[in-house]
This record gives sequence, structure tokens and C-alpha cells, in this order.
Amino acid sequence: MFRGIQFVPPDTKIDFVGFRTITWIVSALLTVGPLLLVWTIGLNMGIDFQGGTLIEIQTKQSPADLGGIRSKVSNLGLGEVQIQEFGAPNAVLIRIASQPTEQEQQQSIAKVKEALGEDVEYRRVEIVGPTISGELIASGTLAVVVAMIGILIYVWFRFEWQFGVAAVASLVHDVTATIGLYSILQLEFNVSSIAAILTIIGYSLNDKVVIFDRVRENLRKYKRMPMVELLDLSINETLSRTVLTHVTTFLALLPFLFFGGEAIYGFALAMVFGIVLTCYSSIFVASPLQLILGMRRDAFSAAPASSKERGTAAARA
Amino acid sequence: MLHFQRWKLILVATVVTLGLLYALPNLFPSSALQGVPTWLPHKQVNLGLDLQGGAHLLYQLDEKDLVEGWLNTIRGDVRETLRRGRIGYTDLAQNTATRSVSVKIREPGDMDKAFEELKKLAVPVGADVFGGFAGNDIEVERQGADSIRLTITDPGLTHRMTSAIQASIETIRRRVDAMGTTEPSIQREGRDRVLVQVPGVSDVERLKNLIGETGKLEFKLVDPAADALQVAETKQVPPGDELVYSTDDPPLPYVLKDQVLVSGQNLDDAQPGFDGQTGEPVVTFRFDAAGAKRFAKVTQENVGLPFAIVLDNKVISAPVIREPILGGTGQISGKFSVQEANDLSVLLRSGALPAKLSVIEERTVGASLGADSIESGKMAAYWGMALVVIFMFVAYGLFGLFANIAMLINVAIIFAVLSLMGATLTLPGIAGIVLVIGMAVDANVLINERIREEIRTGKSPFAAVEAGYKRALTTIIDSNVTTLIGVLVLFWMGSGPVRGFATTLTIGILASLFTAVTVTRLMVAYWLRWKRPQEIPI
Repeated sequence: MFRGIQFVPPDTKIDFVGFRTITWIVSALLTVGPLLLVWTIGLNMGIDFQGGTLIEIQTKQSPADLGGIRSKVSNLGLGEVQIQEFGAPNAVLIRIASQPTEQEQQQSIAKVKEALGEDVEYRRVEIVGPTISGELIASGTLAVVVAMIGILIYVWFRFEWQFGVAAVASLVHDVTATIGLYSILQLEFNVSSIAAILTIIGYSLNDKVVIFDRVRENLRKYKRMPMVELLDLSINETLSRTVLTHVTTFLALLPFLFFGGEAIYGFALAMVFGIVLTCYSSIFVASPLQLILGMRRDAFSAAPASSKERGTAAARA
Repeated sequence: MLHFQRWKLILVATVVTLGLLYALPNLFPSSALQGVPTWLPHKQVNLGLDLQGGAHLLYQLDEKDLVEGWLNTIRGDVRETLRRGRIGYTDLAQNTATRSVSVKIREPGDMDKAFEELKKLAVPVGADVFGGFAGNDIEVERQGADSIRLTITDPGLTHRMTSAIQASIETIRRRVDAMGTTEPSIQREGRDRVLVQVPGVSDVERLKNLIGETGKLEFKLVDPAADALQVAETKQVPPGDELVYSTDDPPLPYVLKDQVLVSGQNLDDAQPGFDGQTGEPVVTFRFDAAGAKRFAKVTQENVGLPFAIVLDNKVISAPVIREPILGGTGQISGKFSVQEANDLSVLLRSGALPAKLSVIEERTVGASLGADSIESGKMAAYWGMALVVIFMFVAYGLFGLFANIAMLINVAIIFAVLSLMGATLTLPGIAGIVLVIGMAVDANVLINERIREEIRTGKSPFAAVEAGYKRALTTIIDSNVTTLIGVLVLFWMGSGPVRGFATTLTIGILASLFTAVTVTRLMVAYWLRWKRPQEIPI
């Protein structure tokens, strides 16, 4: 019978933690670099966070006359206007800067419709007023922070504080690196980007918890093993799972990049990037961080483990 | 672990069957479900506005406008009260910034009486959260020796805001219903907002015009003494008059008497129709008893003079009163198109909004874009699913097959729960389902890896499988709970499409705990008992 292919051989022994000088530098770059990127080239803020009007149209003629549309819309005196092709030659995305008041915001769309006439089909219109955009920034930031705190508390409660701090620190790494992706590719940063970031946080943690779980188990099992060796052992033991899980989620989401359409492209790209990133940070950031944080094994022998867990530990020892 | 009690078996089988059964209607076009008897599952997943097209409009009630309108009423009440009490006053004024009306009493001797009378205008507002008395809606206080000030209180404003939002929702519902759209959703958001979601609407501009118009109808007399053109030019409006423009293009100025003869509140009905002589579209209306009486009196007294029909401070038409209108019915003609006449009658029937509403967020998706999104979402999801199924089989053989069956059941349960809850599926929601597919098989990856490890320690097939499931369980729960934390935050902060993503992800993760752990274990257990293998093909 077909047994399946073991992609990662069971006796794999890679000295992951041994690379730590190199990976620390890489991780630091992935954490700090994006901040520099955001500071220098900035984020391509979508209308969700900036306010403004977004209109997606489809013209009868293909390709669309971008120049004509640009001159018609630019002459309306609505401030900064961006025109770009969107997915298909006859699909055009028009972005108009935020107007001073909600009323003018509403009027801007009427003006555009008048200028472009009847020949175009309005596929999507989004108007975000100045009130809402401010709130969306606040609630988006709050959501990321609340999620982090919730995770810190849960991991602290289920494991040890070192695990919690290591988890959150590596999540910060994941978040800033993802923001860096948005900045360097100038992908539109909007509410669905926040959704992508929150999902990456949840997904990334899922992965780290599995390794932490193994570290905890091995701490009980091998009481005298040096920490570096023990971390390496735990990462290697769970390596097959780590790789397979990332491959399945990666394969599941990859088609969205090709078939998902323009509307979800940015979201899908961030998610696919996040999956690869998470794989890296689980192995090279979260686990070695425990070395620095001074994980002590006596925390476990002294900790009042539940009777069930104690039974397991005893059985394995 | 591998032995299942009968009742557990039945429970699992029931859940799986129900999941498949309730997911089933989603495989058919909705037209095919018309003939299905209601006792059979027939509900389909609601598609979000991004998939079926439609308008999402978030309105904010203009607090300043509400306060201004209320201060106007208070000022009128003060005037009325003092007049009734025969108390002389001057400097009756309102101030929107301080939310107050102030008045000066002429005779110092009248102060006490005036104060007592005006205090009666204050009305206690509903209890606060603790069930205690929250206070009056207006605070009446003396200002120096000869002035009285009436200020709107915070609880008063909150109370008024709440009822204004409720009234707005009622009014909007009547207006949107009149457009004949299916299943609009109109709900309060926060303190001063109304969210209107109308699926499948094509003419969004018309919808917005219909909702956003305040719809305040007033009948006023035209001041025959004033020369409108001259007043418009010099901006010197005679006392007791006001300058109002018409809806014509270009707008014509009218000088109207300040006093409202009859207002839209007295309307009983309004219907679109055609003028008997000219055949042009008109709106016919009927007053209630009080309105009819007042209208009869006014028209009797002003035969031969023009009066103006004013909607939201714009003159629609200004006909001359040819004869007293005693029946309480009339018609408004204003060079309308058929649709305009229809919309105006809807506006009048639905009543006025308590204050101005402005759109602060609008997201509209055309039906064609929605259909395209469904197509691309489906395409991507099928591919994603196919890749995962192939990969799992390649990685784990038979056990991968078990995981795949469980994953498909998981997807069915997601659809079943979405259909039953009446939850909404959005494009990001489809991505959520696909992500769940990846994460659901993750539980099986964990289990299968554990089983491999246990086999390497030399355990028998039964023992290895049993230990694999047992050991993996805590890890699976820990990892899923942490994911859920992120997702629940998303559900709490997100709206529309993003919330749809959080919904499918939450349902999927919870369902995966059942399918990936219990359902696969059942399959593996039966397989083990049936084949009694010497070794596990994993």
C-alpha cells in the first residue's frame, strides 16, 4: 500500500540554533528594515485610512483611453487624482483624494459620473469620509495590539512567561516584515491588510505553539540536555510537521494569487508571504529567543503540572 | 481512544449527516430550490454585497442640525408659554454652540412667574443604566436679575438622539421598501449612525437621493408686498419674511412669510398621479383632519394670493389660490418626470427625517463585479482544495485520504452552519474557507507525524495510533485557540467583507476540531479493526 512520501526524513538533525548569529542579523533586518522603509518610501495608504473616493469602471472600448479619462477627471478640481489600469485592459481604477467635507466627498462622485458620461459601467464605488478613515486607523491599530496582548496572556497562562514573550516578539517580527512587504511593493494598505496581518498573527502563533509544546515536553524528558541542543532537538522533531503544514496552507492559498481577481490580490499576496515568513520565524526567531530569555528547566520540575500531564511526563521518563 | 461507544458513534454520524444535508442546497441554483418542501433543508448561504452586488451606505445624523431644530422648537414653546402667561419679554434668542435658548423678561416682577412657567417645559428623560433618574432634557436657570436660559442637557440630547435614530430607521425603511428592493438591512450603528445595506440595487444615486432627502414639507404664503428679485439682489429680507429659492434651473427667488401654514406632519397620504388637464405627472396629497381644517381656513382667507409648497427649504411650486380648498386634498405639480413624482410621493408618505443625514461611508459593488468575484473565488478555491488533497495523499497515503475526507466534511459543515445562521459569505470569506482547509489538515499532519514517531519507538499499530491521537490533542487545541484569539479580534473590529472572513474562519476552526480529530479517528479505528494490519502504512 502507498505509504506517502516522508518529505523530511525522521533522523534529520539540522543545527538551526547554531546558525543563530546569522539568523539574528536577518531577523533584525526584517524587523527594523520595514520601519526604515515606511519612514522613507512610506505606505500606499488606501482610502480606508486616508479617506477619499475609489471608482472602478469598465469601458466599452478596450483598451480604455486612460489619458482621456485622466484629463476629464483631473479637470474637475478635486485635488489629487490617480488613474490606473486594474486587472484588465478596459478596467480602470480612479482614486480621488479626500475632500474637506462629507458633502463635497459625495459631490465628487456625481461630478465624475457626469464627466465620464454614460459609456462606462461603474463596477465599484467606495467613498470613505474623513470621520470613518480616522476611526478605521484607530480600530485597526487597536485590533493588532489587543490580539497581541490576548496571545501573550494565553501563552503565558498555558506555558511560561518566556514562551509568551518569545511568541509576541516573533509576532512583532512577522508584523513589521509584512508591513515592509506592503511598503516595498507599494501594495495598497487598507482594512483587508489589517485582516491579513491579524490572520498571519494567529497562524504564526499556531505554529510556534506546536514547537513550544515540544520544547516543554523535552524539558521534562531530558533533564540534563544543554538548552541549545534541546531546542535543536525540538525543532528537528517537529520539522516535518512544520514543513508540511506550511506547504498545505501555501498550496491552498496560492491559487488566489492567480485566479482570485484584483480585489483580493493584495490580501492573498500578504497571506502567502506571511506563510513563508512564519515558517522562518518559528524556526529561527521564536525558538532561539528562548535562549536569550533564559528559559529555566526548573520552572517545569517545580511547576504544579496537572495530574494528567504529570502522568505523561512520568510515563515518558 | 479507539473504542467508540454507540451513542458517540450515533452523535458523530448525525452531525456529519446533518452537515452534508444542510450544505447540499448550496450546490443547486436557487431557482431549483423553489419546489423543495420546507421541511427539507433549503436555505442557501447569503452572499455578501461584494459577491452579489449592492450598496453599503453608512449615514451619520447631523447632531448640529438636530440641536438647531430642537432649539427652534424650544424657542417656539417659550414664546407660546410667555404669551399665554401674558409676560412681556425681549431678546428671545437661540445659540447652537451652547445648546441654549435665552430670553429677557421685561418686568422684574414677572421673573418668578416666568421661571415657574418655563420650568414646566423641561421633561424628565428615561432612566439611566442603573435604573435611576437621569435628569431633565432641558435645564432651566436664571441668568442675572432679568434673564432665563434653557439649556439642552447631555442626557436630554442622548435621549433625543436615540429616538431620532429610531425614527430615521423607520423612515429610511419606508423609503427603501418603496423602491422594491429585496431584503434591505437597516440598522443602528453606534450612537448617531445608521447602516443601510441594499443588495442588488442598480441605481445607487436614486437610492441615496431618496434616503438622504430630509423630506420636510411646508406650506407657506408668498409675501405679495415684496419684490423677490430685488430682495435676492440686495439681500435685505423684510422682517418676518424669508428668502427661499426654487428647484428650477436656474433657481428663482421667492420671498415667503416666515410662518408655516401646514406642514408635512399633517399629511395623511401622497400618491403619484397625472394632472387631469395637462397630463403631466403630479403628486396628489391628502391632509389629516387637523391639517385639512387649517388648510381650509388659510385658503379661505387668502384667495387670489400665491402660496408656496416648500420641500427642504426649496420651493417646488407656488400656485395661486383660486378658491378655498375645503376637502383637504390637493396636488403638487412641478414639471416632474414620472419617476420624480413617484419618488416625491414616497418621500412625503414616509415622513420627514428628524435631522439631516449625511453619507460618511459608501461602498457599492456592481452586480457584474460581484458575479466575477464569485467566479474567481470559486476557481481559486477549487484549485486550492485540489492541491491540498493531492499533497495530503502524496504525504500520507491512506491516512492522507482520511484527512481529505474529513476536510471535505469540514467544508460542508462550514456551508451548513453559514446557511443555518444566515451568515454572509464574502470574497475574503472564501479565502477564509481555503485557509481553514489548509489549517484543518494541519491537525491531521500533527496527528500523523505523532503516529510516525510512535511507530519508530516500536509500538504496535493500535498503540501507536492511540498514542498519536492522544499526544497530538493538547497541541492541536493550544494551536487552534491561539489562532482563534486573532480571528475573534478580527470579528470584533471588522465589518462587511472582513467580518465575513472572520466568520468562516471561526466556524471552520471549530469544525476542524471535530472533523480532523473525531471523524478521522473514527475512520482510522474502523479501518484498523477491519484490516488488523501488522504495520501502519504511514
